[in-house]
Amino acid sequence: MSKLNSNIPAGELTQKWTKYKSSVPLVNPANKRSIEVIVVGSGLAGASAAATLAEMGYKVKCFCFQDSPRRAHSIAAQGGINAAKNYQNDGDSTYRLFYDTIKGGDYRAREANVHRLAEVSANIIDQCVAQGVPLAREYGGLLDNRSFGGTQVQRTFYAAGQTGQQLLLGAYSALERQIGMGKVEMYTRHEMLDVVIIDGKARGIIARNLITGELERHFGHAVVLGTGGYGNVFYLSTNAMGSNVTAAWKVHKKGAFFGNPCYTQIHPTCIPVSGDHQSKLTLMSESLRNDGRIWVPKKKDDPRKPSDIPEDERDYYLERRYPAFGNLVPRDVASRAAKERCDAGYGVGASKLAVYLDFKANTERYGKIEASKAGNHNPDKETCMRLGTAVIKEKYGNLFDMYAQITGENPYETPMRIYPAVHYTMGGLWVDYDLMTTIPGLYCTGEANFSDHGANRLGASALMQGLADGYFVLPYTIGSYLSKDISTKAIPTDHPAFVEAENNVRATIDKFLSINGTKSVDHFHKRLGHIMWEKCGMARNREGLTEAIKEIQDLRREFWADVKVPGSADEFNPELEKAHRVADFIELGELMCIDALNREESCGGHFREEHQTEEGEAKRDDVNFAYVAAWEYKGESTFELHKEELNYENIKVAQRNYK
Amino acid sequence: MSTGNMNLTLQVWRQKNKNSTGKLVDYKLSDISPDMSFLEMFDVLNEQLINKGEEPVVFDHDCREGICGMCSMFINGQPHGPKDLVTTCQLHMRSFKDGDTIVVEPWRAKAFPVIKDLAVDRSAFDRVIAAGGFVSVNTGNAQDANNLPIPKAKADAAFEAAACIGCGACVATCKNASAMLFVSAKISQLALLPQGQPERYRRVQSMVAQMDEEGFGNCTNTGACEAECPKGISLENIARMNRDYFSAKFISEEEV
Repeated sequence: MSKLNSNIPAGELTQKWTKYKSSVPLVNPANKRSIEVIVVGSGLAGASAAATLAEMGYKVKCFCFQDSPRRAHSIAAQGGINAAKNYQNDGDSTYRLFYDTIKGGDYRAREANVHRLAEVSANIIDQCVAQGVPLAREYGGLLDNRSFGGTQVQRTFYAAGQTGQQLLLGAYSALERQIGMGKVEMYTRHEMLDVVIIDGKARGIIARNLITGELERHFGHAVVLGTGGYGNVFYLSTNAMGSNVTAAWKVHKKGAFFGNPCYTQIHPTCIPVSGDHQSKLTLMSESLRNDGRIWVPKKKDDPRKPSDIPEDERDYYLERRYPAFGNLVPRDVASRAAKERCDAGYGVGASKLAVYLDFKANTERYGKIEASKAGNHNPDKETCMRLGTAVIKEKYGNLFDMYAQITGENPYETPMRIYPAVHYTMGGLWVDYDLMTTIPGLYCTGEANFSDHGANRLGASALMQGLADGYFVLPYTIGSYLSKDISTKAIPTDHPAFVEAENNVRATIDKFLSINGTKSVDHFHKRLGHIMWEKCGMARNREGLTEAIKEIQDLRREFWADVKVPGSADEFNPELEKAHRVADFIELGELMCIDALNREESCGGHFREEHQTEEGEAKRDDVNFAYVAAWEYKGESTFELHKEELNYENIKVAQRNYK
Repeated sequence: MSTGNMNLTLQVWRQKNKNSTGKLVDYKLSDISPDMSFLEMFDVLNEQLINKGEEPVVFDHDCREGICGMCSMFINGQPHGPKDLVTTCQLHMRSFKDGDTIVVEPWRAKAFPVIKDLAVDRSAFDRVIAAGGFVSVNTGNAQDANNLPIPKAKADAAFEAAACIGCGACVATCKNASAMLFVSAKISQLALLPQGQPERYRRVQSMVAQMDEEGFGNCTNTGACEAECPKGISLENIARMNRDYFSAKFISEEEV
């Protein structure tokens, strides 16, 4: 257990971070200039960290597999970013954001980390606005807010349905500024394929130049992974096609523990699957639940068009089951409720695996307000709908367009059909309070780490965490490590550890290319995804998980015997890139099932059918499972469990209640 | 679940690497579903090529929801194909007819060299941003966000300019391979906001200089960029950039 020291500073919760910042050892500017830091990933967590570290004076190398750092998948986040600004004067505070996040995470997150996140949340908004990020504003020129799930205040800042894009472009511009000044060396179209460990410390990486195929060795005094989540283990998810676990998995195999791998977020409002050709799923932002009401027909297999079903024959099941939060319950609750209705036979659309998200009532309400502003206090229904549609269009126009594009239906006229889909992974590399993994000098930020969201992430909190880690947390905490490393000179990359790591990567590549089997990488990825979705998805049970572990092991053997990777190692070869990623997803999938099997309780996104209340809600077991499961890699299919006990000193642990 | 019934002929640009010459190669596809995206249709093609032991077509793509800006196909003479205001990944096969022949080429511009098949090198855009597409504010420098009220109309206009996804369709469609729409969108976003004022004239000069250095062409006001932009970025941005560029020449203390 000695390895699992979370290094939470002593003292009162609200003072921990303040005291930490004022007592953490510093690195003087002259020394910073000779200290090199590698940042892998250029999303919100990676780009903000790389830019900030360079501003502080460190020499930074940043890597991304895309053709530009601006393309990282943070760009696709739609709805918003939370911050405890209390601009709406509705009772928000640092404590309330902290409390909502812990509760939303079903009491499986670390108090000290979450409180720090809530503390720095306000700074993020200030920083982004200063960068010129065009967040939504009111007519008075001040920032606007909206509501997200799991809260009763309006603390979500947004930029139409493109919040992630605008925040990422802010971080990207800060990063490009440092690149232009020569303080960050940017390596695009590069993929990290191993970490180099010397004397027990992370000292560099092996990266493949994806254009030339060349393997490169890069030294760093420390290595930071901001490489995102692993939702693509399910094949179909809202992640980008390239999102992968490879960097995180490679370091896991070199000694970094993997925390809570089974905690997966299934987002309730996604466009349903339309056919076998489907390559990814598209999210419809949670912000739509501000103005959309979710319902299914009260009658099973109702063949009528939604517009023909009268009010009293509709079941607004979230409003019925959870009157206090209604359509704004947290994601895990909303997803399971949709699945419950569809499994019971009330689903809609061709596949019957969908529910309606209906904007009509709120469109009419907005229309009435608009008419009233224009002096018409008795508008007819048509006027209301026309004026209201304009309001809805301004708020969510790009989402509605996207929906129309994908489905061929007009959501202004007919309700959207939606269904849950894999969206985010709360699990990730285990890190301590400093965001350091169990490998000294190896840090992990953003979605790639496990730290802040417990068993379920609240909407608009991923952007907050990515930027908190990169702008305001890591730049301080990394100093604690680097201040002890100022006399370490750059290690030449002909060091045997670099040579060995590179040789291992090369051997794996040669192996992929030599199998010359009969099935494509995608074939295996789809089969893995099917196993994961059916047996380690929204509902899990002992029998299914046990089967899944066996099936994944068989799949792994088949993959390594029968995969076909065309082309060669020394060229731009996307199939080879995918082979690395899918090989790692297969191993991760097994660990996720092992973790889900071990966790004999339901909490947040992890729902074990054996453990539910009479009303079908998640039933935690705080006596036996109030811990972080951190898994150590011990060889093929072998993982050792380490526990980090979670202690709640400031929050009373209770069953979540959104009724 | 939809079943596919479309038969198509694809003519796809194949080019081994940046030094080799490429050519259009014909492929027949059958049983394509109208609900597939254009890229999913390419997934089907690639799966078939792999199974036949041939090399799949390399193309750039990532988010497949129209926001990352990575996908970049020139389809039947139009960047991102025939539909307005969408990227290739959001173009669906229902926009085509059974029996169609579809020609697919990479972006073509001197500043965007082909890497392989349909993938091109757009790093020139990053270098233009690095030349000045930012507000110089280090982490920790910021004041409270609401200390700086910004009129909604200005904020909205800045947001519209900021919606650019950096895909390069504007360059690909321009007969001069000009990057003015892309460059002016970033310049406008920051020129419209108070945060962008201190560096406004320095910025426009250094970004335009870098744009020229990269080998992008000039603007002759054809307007193809605006017509083909998947995010509807307006030509007004180019006018604003030009105004600022000329103004900068008269503001001596801001000269780079």
